[in-house]
Amino acid sequence: MKTLKDCEKACRVKVLKLNTSGDLKQRLISFGIMKESVLEVLEHAPAKSTIEVKIGKMRIALRAQEAELIEVEKV
Amino acid sequence: MSEIEKQCPITANHIKVALVGQPNVGKSMLINSVSNAHLHVGNFSGVTVDKTEVLFDYKDYHFTVVDLPGTYAFTDYTIEERVTHDYLCAEDYDIIINVVDATNLEKNLQLTSELLTMSKKVIIALNMIDEAEKENIHIDAEYMSELLGVPCVKVSAATKMGIEDLIDAVIQKHESDKNRPKLVFSEPVEEEIAQIVWYLDKHKFQSENSYRNIAINLLKNNKKTYEKLHDEPIWTELQPILIEASRHIELHHDSDDVKEAFAEEYASFNRGIVAEVLKQENTKEQKTLTEKIDNILIHPLFGIPIFLFFMWGLFQLTFEIGAIPMEYIDAFFIWLGDTIGATIGNADVRSLVVDGIIAGVGAVVLFVPNIIILFIGIALLESTGYMSRVAFLLDGFFHKFGLHGQSFIPLVTGFGCSIPAYMSARILKNDRDRLLTLFIIGFMSCGARLPVYVLFAGAFFPQEMAGSVLFIIYVSGAMLGLVAAKVLKLTAFKGVDEPFVMEMPKYRLPSVKLIWHTVLTKTMMYLKKAGTFIAGAAMLVWFLSNYPHNPTLQEEYWTKIEKASSESEKIHLQNRLDEALLEQSYLGTIGKFSEPLFAPLGFDWKMSVALQTGLAAKEVVVSTLGVLYALGSDVDSESDSLTTAISENIPFASAVAFIVVIMIYLPCLAASIVFTREAGHIKYFFYLLFFTSLVAYIMAFIAYNITLMVA
Ligand SMILES: Nc1nc2c(ncn2[C@@H]2O[C@H](COP(=O)(O)OP(=O)(O)O)[C@@H](O)[C@H]2O)c(=O)[nH]1
Ligand SMILES: [Mg+2]
Repeated sequence: MKTLKDCEKACRVKVLKLNTSGDLKQRLISFGIMKESVLEVLEHAPAKSTIEVKIGKMRIALRAQEAELIEVEKV
Repeated sequence: MSEIEKQCPITANHIKVALVGQPNVGKSMLINSVSNAHLHVGNFSGVTVDKTEVLFDYKDYHFTVVDLPGTYAFTDYTIEERVTHDYLCAEDYDIIINVVDATNLEKNLQLTSELLTMSKKVIIALNMIDEAEKENIHIDAEYMSELLGVPCVKVSAATKMGIEDLIDAVIQKHESDKNRPKLVFSEPVEEEIAQIVWYLDKHKFQSENSYRNIAINLLKNNKKTYEKLHDEPIWTELQPILIEASRHIELHHDSDDVKEAFAEEYASFNRGIVAEVLKQENTKEQKTLTEKIDNILIHPLFGIPIFLFFMWGLFQLTFEIGAIPMEYIDAFFIWLGDTIGATIGNADVRSLVVDGIIAGVGAVVLFVPNIIILFIGIALLESTGYMSRVAFLLDGFFHKFGLHGQSFIPLVTGFGCSIPAYMSARILKNDRDRLLTLFIIGFMSCGARLPVYVLFAGAFFPQEMAGSVLFIIYVSGAMLGLVAAKVLKLTAFKGVDEPFVMEMPKYRLPSVKLIWHTVLTKTMMYLKKAGTFIAGAAMLVWFLSNYPHNPTLQEEYWTKIEKASSESEKIHLQNRLDEALLEQSYLGTIGKFSEPLFAPLGFDWKMSVALQTGLAAKEVVVSTLGVLYALGSDVDSESDSLTTAISENIPFASAVAFIVVIMIYLPCLAASIVFTREAGHIKYFFYLLFFTSLVAYIMAFIAYNITLMVA
């Protein structure tokens, strides 16, 4: 199982599943991160603790712990 | 004639508008451009954290526009979002203007679709149309109005384009019927909706909202709608229908979460709308300017050094450029004191005005240039979009200390003033994170402390080094804050880590006008405070340091002075007299009383008093020192400047300890009140008081002794 956390810079992936529930899931969804959406990894913060992804025209920063909850596959 | 005109009122109509939209789409700026308000605008999520009402007139109407905090969706994720949600559901208003970012339509429509299921009149403002045009995005607003069944108006808050059209549309909508929004879902969902609508219709259910909207909200598990229907007699029959319907929808979406299923429904509807109304030329995938800048500014290796360099540069400028007008301001207040003093006959009144008010206020106004530069720096950070980048860079680091990456935003705001910083901590979702951040904000030295630092840095360090000293003071304050956060996280605020998901806005060139207004507002506030609160405090300090009079002491010295043989001895005796009078004053008594407490830190009684008056506001520290040293200062020293007085009267180690205390202890009275309100309980204030005083004392003690050893 591959998650967003494992993705390298400039890698484009499709979301398969959000392994979370409640508030965080709602928030990810309202950012457009949901099943079928395509993400691109833009940058990692030092020590890969935080990741910046691009979805549509929006850039979102999330922590490695959150990225790990997003199941993805390469496109 | 004019009387009659006044008495003949226009039948004025009143329209109350709620401004709703996702964060950072230009809601506050839109209000500023329709009225002459100056709401705070910044390029990151979480600028507006509380609702604000703005009033203005247009044509024959009175408008009340309510600026609400941005919200991504109808959730109560953070406190500020709860403010918006509660307002929309419970308060009374006529119409919603849904502000959307035209350059990012699809994402913005997520919220719009939720708004459309409320029984309210809605207008959509397609904001940032200037930016959209630059990006070759063309939107057919008319077609969009038709598709959604809601008026859509293109506007630009920045260039004021289309603003009148928007207000006209609001008036028109206000006069006409409710929207018939046309949200269309997939077939299976529409079937379920139809069934519930049929059921409600059969029972002639009484409601303001349309049956269709109620059905949608029920299917979405909307809490408020559930609560409303729960006590109705039809609920018992409705419930099994709903359960069955949800099951169908979940099955159709291959998901066990009906909310997620609805989000997908909305998303596909919005995709459809965008595909119809939006044309973007020249769509070949290019790196946007923002991405190119980000390649440098959030570079994993260089990002943080670049940030530190910017900060160092800011303090360098604060000191270097700020020092230029200082001389003149200082000279002005000395001149003012002399001139006004010469016109006052009564010695006591003269002393009150010259040594009390003018010296006290002058000492504070002296630092206005420094304050302005600091404010410009913060305004740039806020309005360019760099703020979120730094939050991104520092999140990992912050996380190690138990702070949330987004804490960075209130913490940076704290460098300006603690009060808005306490408020902006609302962007933190979790109460524990929020409280922790509230406790740490005080460690970020606010603008009011800058004068104290500039004064002492100028007194003890050569010009070239003073800027770097400022930088070191600020950074060590922040570092100390991080360590304190860690300690608190391990003891008082234990708990799981909250997720960090944050939008990174695009970079924007800040407009000169915007920066000008932000800085002007803040500077005027500082000056106003100097003219009122600080002047009052200076008078009080003056009074306490001049009374009670002691004629016997005066007599005694005067006879000695008469007898003195040389001129220098006379001056020496005069100085001794001034000191003696000051020491037996009320303030001197207080200072002497508390001196033993501060003796281990190397403070004389004047410094002790200045720290205590500083509890009211940090500017008072400077003005108190100004008054105390103006009264007791050496009359023979060539310069009257406070800087000189300080470097002559205060040992270096005591000065270091003094700065440390200023860095850590309570910001001011007003901030303490806001802190208590935001923290939610008075007990937190006492925790804060105890915690900061203790840390300040211990750190100052350590700093004092280390400096003594080294120097
Ligand atoms: N180019 C352009 N920028 C805008 C416009 N409206 C707002 N902005 C910028 O967008 C950012 C967010 O504005 P703000 O009013 O704070 O948004 P709010 O969070 O929705 O209240 C600021 O940097 C504004 O300068 C617009 O119409 N055109
Ligand atoms: Mg705002």
